[in-house]
Amino acid sequence: MSAMARSDVQLMLDVKAGDEQSFALLLHRYRTPLVNFIYRMVRNREQAEDLAQEVFLRVYRAREEYVPSAKFTTWLFRIATNLALNSLRDNRYQRMEISLDAPVTADAEDGDERPIDVAEKHPNIEQHLIAEARSKMIRHAIDKLPEKQRAAVLLHKYQELDYGEIAKILECSESALKSLLFRAYETLRVELAPLVAQQAK
Amino acid sequence: MKQTKGRRRKAVMSCTKMENKILPYVDGRLKQSEALEMEKHLLTCAACSLRVNEFRAVGSLLDELPVIEPSAAFDVRVRARVAAEPAKQSWWAWFAPSPRVAFAASMLLLATVWLGWNTNVPGVPPVGLSGPEADMQMMSDLPVLDDHDVVSSFDPLKDLPQPVQADETNQQM
Repeated sequence: MSAMARSDVQLMLDVKAGDEQSFALLLHRYRTPLVNFIYRMVRNREQAEDLAQEVFLRVYRAREEYVPSAKFTTWLFRIATNLALNSLRDNRYQRMEISLDAPVTADAEDGDERPIDVAEKHPNIEQHLIAEARSKMIRHAIDKLPEKQRAAVLLHKYQELDYGEIAKILECSESALKSLLFRAYETLRVELAPLVAQQAK
Repeated sequence: MKQTKGRRRKAVMSCTKMENKILPYVDGRLKQSEALEMEKHLLTCAACSLRVNEFRAVGSLLDELPVIEPSAAFDVRVRARVAAEPAKQSWWAWFAPSPRVAFAASMLLLATVWLGWNTNVPGVPPVGLSGPEADMQMMSDLPVLDDHDVVSSFDPLKDLPQPVQADETNQQM
């Protein structure tokens, strides 16, 4: 069996048996989705990378006790979601302290985003600006969602996990997840109304 | 009148019932029977029909977000953090669940060693002695016994002034 064909569970069982190479394969497979998921949750690139590293470290630490009772991605994104939510809560406390100390707030928003990709895709400066404004608007709409709804949307849209899996990750029932997603999409269609109207034509 | 109200509520109810199925419908994750039911509903409900279109639009807008690449140092950092982990369960990992217990145990061990060492130092019986001989040696060495008379009839204690009454002190103050 080739390495690429090995399932996540099989790779994890190999890691458990002491095969470090399989861990490298899991890292390669999930580094980008994890960093992107956490980045879209916490909105800070450095912190997102740090937390994603922590996720991999926890997976490695748990290797000896690993039992393939659930899908590997469910387990992986559950760790990631919990770390991201905890970090958002800690950041909130920190921000509260900072705002008490220094009322002047620097607008650090979007500081991490590099619009290079967009610029390359749209050599025309006007098109480039429009595209940038669009993706900024989309990002802000996602950021404004309550944290659990945001996690649900990100897992649903970008990780293409099924409802049962996402419900397990967020520790809620499948029907609770469906109404969570419904509310999130309702908010998004209102927030993005001008873009939605263009798109839905 | 009553009937129209009831009918209207029924129409609203069926929409609410459909709400949570709109996204699964857009995702193509409904069972065939449910999908057919939804399509039937959409033919008569403009609001849900609009929602379906707009949810699809939201979905494709979300696709526009750029994907970021982890930095070059990402893998290196993960490997470094993993390498810093103990390779196998070592013997002291047994303590890991409770650092307090580990601390208490090591303190107790330390105290025992220190006490054992310390008590042996002043009155160490000569190496050759053992058993009753050693005990005798130890007893005769006890310096308190020499002072027994002084301690049992300690006259200076009687000369101490009587303790002052509590209320007196209060008045003085």
